[in-house]
Amino acid sequence: MRGIRLAAAALAVAGLVAAACGGTTPTPASSVSGSSAPATQTKTFTIGFTQSQTGNQNVTSKRQTEGIQLWVEDVTKAGGIKLKDGTVLMPQVKFYDDESKTDRVQALYTRLINDDKVDFLLSPYSSGLVKAAAVITEQNARLMVTAGGADDVTMEQGFKGVYQVYAPGSKYLIGAIDLMLKLDPTIKKVAIVNEKDSFSASVVAAANPYAKSKGLDVVVAEGYDTGTTDFNPFINKIQAAGPDAIIGGGHFEDGTTFAKQLFDKRVNARFVALLVAPAEPTFKDIGDAAQFIVGPSQWEPAAKYSAETAKAANVPYFGPTPKEFTDRYVAKYGSQPSYQSSGGYAAGLVLQKALEDAGSTDPQKLQAALDKIDVMLFYGRVKFSLDAKTHGKQIAHDMVYMQWQKGSDGKLATQLVWPQDAATAQAQLRK
Amino acid sequence: MSLEALLPSAIDGLMLGFVYGLAAMGLTLIFGVMKVINLSHGPVIALGMFAVFLLSSSFGINPYLGVLAAAVIGLLFGTLIYFVAVDRVINAPELTTLLATFSVNLMIIGVGTVLFTTSPRSVDIDLGALRGSGVTILGTHAVAVVIAVLAAAALYGFLFRTRVGKQVRAVANNRAAAELMGIDSRRMLALAFGIGTALAMTSGALLSTLFAFTILSGGTYELKSFVIVVLGGLGNPTGALVGGLVIGLLEGVLTVFIPVAWVPVFEYLIFLVMLQLRPAGLLGSRA
Repeated sequence: MRGIRLAAAALAVAGLVAAACGGTTPTPASSVSGSSAPATQTKTFTIGFTQSQTGNQNVTSKRQTEGIQLWVEDVTKAGGIKLKDGTVLMPQVKFYDDESKTDRVQALYTRLINDDKVDFLLSPYSSGLVKAAAVITEQNARLMVTAGGADDVTMEQGFKGVYQVYAPGSKYLIGAIDLMLKLDPTIKKVAIVNEKDSFSASVVAAANPYAKSKGLDVVVAEGYDTGTTDFNPFINKIQAAGPDAIIGGGHFEDGTTFAKQLFDKRVNARFVALLVAPAEPTFKDIGDAAQFIVGPSQWEPAAKYSAETAKAANVPYFGPTPKEFTDRYVAKYGSQPSYQSSGGYAAGLVLQKALEDAGSTDPQKLQAALDKIDVMLFYGRVKFSLDAKTHGKQIAHDMVYMQWQKGSDGKLATQLVWPQDAATAQAQLRK
Repeated sequence: MSLEALLPSAIDGLMLGFVYGLAAMGLTLIFGVMKVINLSHGPVIALGMFAVFLLSSSFGINPYLGVLAAAVIGLLFGTLIYFVAVDRVINAPELTTLLATFSVNLMIIGVGTVLFTTSPRSVDIDLGALRGSGVTILGTHAVAVVIAVLAAAALYGFLFRTRVGKQVRAVANNRAAAELMGIDSRRMLALAFGIGTALAMTSGALLSTLFAFTILSGGTYELKSFVIVVLGGLGNPTGALVGGLVIGLLEGVLTVFIPVAWVPVFEYLIFLVMLQLRPAGLLGSRA
């Protein structure tokens, strides 16, 4: 007995020395038993990214980071990511505040790669920042899973190592138009007002012709600068044009302000769908102005992805169920997760799946595994384009649509309203 | 584009023009009295926004009492800026004072970014609205107009009806002669800088009751103030108020006919044309 204790102590000391020299900690479990199974080796696996702790993207970016951190916590609790050769990877994150600025993103991703020497990169939140980060990761021939960037254009640059978890921007408002026409086929006039950034522009570039193809008359089509706080000039135009519906927006701050000012000016559009902002739980802070607003969402807690849906799609299911993710998120952060939270967690799961499939942290093997991924998560299906021009672009994930509705208790809550087969409530028109 | 948008857009623009005018009065007063182009004007406007925000969110003070507090803080802060950054170089070439106030600009933005970050903030206030004939006048906008008009009137009352105000004007007209008459010009210059800063902070405080803002938001209004000051006449507070109304009205009306993104282009075109063809501005430059 004493001998076993001594041997264990010697192994522990050797482990500490090895950790000091090479950052790895051999775990003596299997060698003590004398079995022929591969020796377990625990390594830290550092994942670098930036968060917009300040600036325009701070609310939604924080959600994304919370999702990533919850994934790290869950993986750690489960004993790490176990590779086929017996290596156990214990993920840890390293991130900085990018201030919602592209120049900060580029400086910080360079730092993460060259100074911090992180093992893998996840993206910042928002398309503009993702694009800035992607330039750096591509220049350095590094892999990056984009946790929160939907812009089509970014993923049509022929990047080799960037993988998009979000459904692309071109899908965002297409479903909203379908929902709108299903709800009220008499809607004819639509106003499209959007932020003039890469993401929103790609959304509108798809939504505008789609609306016209459905016989809708686009009576206002205008963009506004990022950071706009006074929407009255647009609202006056919208009111004069008398549209039945308004679609557009951009990100959280501007979308929230736009919705509030539309309500203050009592704009009579029956259907309003805005990007990003409505899907953030704190959107309800604008009170009655939030009611009836529809938002495209990458994921909602009411999503019904499961092992059964995976089987139906003939792909494996990986990770927690939507309910498990939601419960754990609520327990940790005290609020419902937004789709940005789910994007962060899903990016972690994609990395985990790729590492397990590759059985290695070798970048080439990891890239091959990412290329092959076709999996159902709590977040929905994830598969990447292998076409040279659109390599890494998300091709399997679908959007859902939520709406802020008042319940019988008079309180605002989100309901999943589209697609119909997954809806938790019928969509409502503003009276 | 339907002309139905013309009336509400013109009204919105005019109402905002009063607040623009108030900000520009601060800039033009400082230039008129001491020939200093105050490049700390924008950050000071942003500080007015944050004064209201902090007083209302941290201490529960009514935002309109916060506006009053912002004016008082502005007076003291402006006097401090004068003695720290301007007083020693007041007789140096204009480029020196311009750079001195630019350094104040950078310091405020730097410290403000650290303290407040660049995350958008807003003041939670709802005063309802008057509605009719396709026009909606929000209570917050109406109150902002009233306060802007009162502040402008108070400035005129001070400059033309009080002894100290007349001393400020005397220093503006001829500093050497004023000193010969026994006026302490240094004190008057500091006071004028303080009043100019108070006006800028008041306008920022009022803007915080209308729109969301960040510590960087003052930059937009600083640029507008320069356009307005040149339009109204350098150093002419009346011209600044009129210029503010003209720019506000133009902003409102132009958006009916052209995409909103083009409006700043027209504003800066006016800036250029006025400088080239009528540098004295619409009402002529004077103090």
